[in-house]
Amino acid sequence: MAKRIDVNDVNIYYGKFHAVSDVTLSVPPKHVTAFIGPSGCGKSTVLRTLNRMHEVIPGARVEGKVLLDGENIYAPSVDPVQVRRTIGMVFQSPNPFPTMSIKDNVLAGLKLGGEKNRQRLDEIAEHALRGANLWNEVKDRLNKPGGGLSGGQQQRLCIARAIAVQPDVLLMDEPCSALDPISTLAIEDLISDLKQDYTIVIVTHNMQQAARVSDQTGFFNVPGVGESGRLVEINDTEKIFSNPDEQATEDYISGRFG
Amino acid sequence: MTTTETFVDRPDGAPTFQHLSAGRRARDTLATVLVTAAFLVALVPLVWLLYTVISRGYEAVLSSRWFTHSLSGVMPDQFAGGIYHALYGSIVQGVLCAVIAVPLGVFTAIYLAEYGQGWLARTVTFMVDILSGVPSIVAALFVFALWISVFGLPKSAFAVSLALVLLMLPIVIRSTEEMLRLVPDQLREASYALGVPKWKTIVKIVLPTAFSGMVTGMMLAMARVLGETAPVLVLVGYSRSINYNVVEGNMASLPLTVMNELLNPEPAGVARMWGAALTLVLLVMLFNLMAAVISRLSAVKTE
Repeated sequence: MAKRIDVNDVNIYYGKFHAVSDVTLSVPPKHVTAFIGPSGCGKSTVLRTLNRMHEVIPGARVEGKVLLDGENIYAPSVDPVQVRRTIGMVFQSPNPFPTMSIKDNVLAGLKLGGEKNRQRLDEIAEHALRGANLWNEVKDRLNKPGGGLSGGQQQRLCIARAIAVQPDVLLMDEPCSALDPISTLAIEDLISDLKQDYTIVIVTHNMQQAARVSDQTGFFNVPGVGESGRLVEINDTEKIFSNPDEQATEDYISGRFG
Repeated sequence: MTTTETFVDRPDGAPTFQHLSAGRRARDTLATVLVTAAFLVALVPLVWLLYTVISRGYEAVLSSRWFTHSLSGVMPDQFAGGIYHALYGSIVQGVLCAVIAVPLGVFTAIYLAEYGQGWLARTVTFMVDILSGVPSIVAALFVFALWISVFGLPKSAFAVSLALVLLMLPIVIRSTEEMLRLVPDQLREASYALGVPKWKTIVKIVLPTAFSGMVTGMMLAMARVLGETAPVLVLVGYSRSINYNVVEGNMASLPLTVMNELLNPEPAGVARMWGAALTLVLLVMLFNLMAAVISRLSAVKTE
């Protein structure tokens, strides 16, 4: 459980467009790492390369190494399906499977992975829903469709779905951007809880959120439209928000641009 | 003496909101009248057609043996017998066609929507477009040339089904592909992110989500081919009695019965012709109804 990620000299492309250049960073285990930066700076793109979701888009490719506890997930012999089983992901807008009940949504990864033991599945479903702080709200309607929940509940359902497969790392791509402040608070509390067991990387547009939930923060920036984004600085969150090394970071944090 | 006008006293110029002008109101009325009139005009042939078919066909359809007996041994001028042989033929030919066309079409659509990129997908799409424009008589002649002239096999219901496949296939491919494309990519990504392989994502996530729309498309395609007349005229002979053998011998179908009784000048023949036509309309309606029910039952629910 909870592995570390080292990104070495990664360059990311969409077809001919060089989207992100020369990213090198480390994500320590059982910590929350936040990526912040203006729109189009490539922070979500970098996040999606960490579990090989980037290459799902036609024409997209990645150069460089991403090491999970020292093992390169882009090595030719590695199966991307296994990588994604190890490194889970939560998306920007809640996306429960509309044809499945709440319980089947949580167990989707396991059931589609071939797990059949009913009792074990029930235990995992409860454990994952408790882990996502959703159990008390849905325990009486586990067999109702997941689409009937509120937006915040749906997003917690998606988090439960992601942790049910017991990944080593959890990636979150702006998980609160579609939610109201109260649901956002619920998810932020959840992130602090999940930190006990998981390595977490979160992309956020909200700097206060990064300051609240993360241990280290990476600031990405893009010089202009059509140019490639780069990692400006990655440091302890406290340092980034009080005394960053780079002038650009300070300008962004203090609201001078972006 | 000049009064000092304050800001509040000064009129703001023209008010922001004005009354609806007479011109706009007239144009609005005109547009409403035109749209409603167009709808009513379009309704006229439909109602007229249904009225004609029902009023001339209901007596035959309501006769006691209509759905249970064939026309075997019935004289042309005799008010007797039923449509069972033709109803059976139509359904069997339609179902055989669906059994071939649906899997073929669904797999092609999955290829186009989920895998296809580049020249092969473009070629397939182009071919499907061409196929959907092929007239039914041409499809029938093609099957005649291949099945009967080249392979030397007899005229049969199965040959009809093959021609119907050519007509049904593009409709199934098109509607299924559209339905698959309507499934949000977010669901596919959510599934990949759980470590589910692509094929399993398609089978367990994408297809169930699109299922209700796919069924509607298939039922409509089925309803469309059931009324096709050219293939049955070219590829199978008419029989007044029941034939359960699909690979050999003459077999009636509803359109073929209509054609056949059209040549019968007796009042009994005319009654049977309209009866068969009404039965065909009812059969197509039944398929549309089934499509509606299945898609309602399998639609994605939120509560």
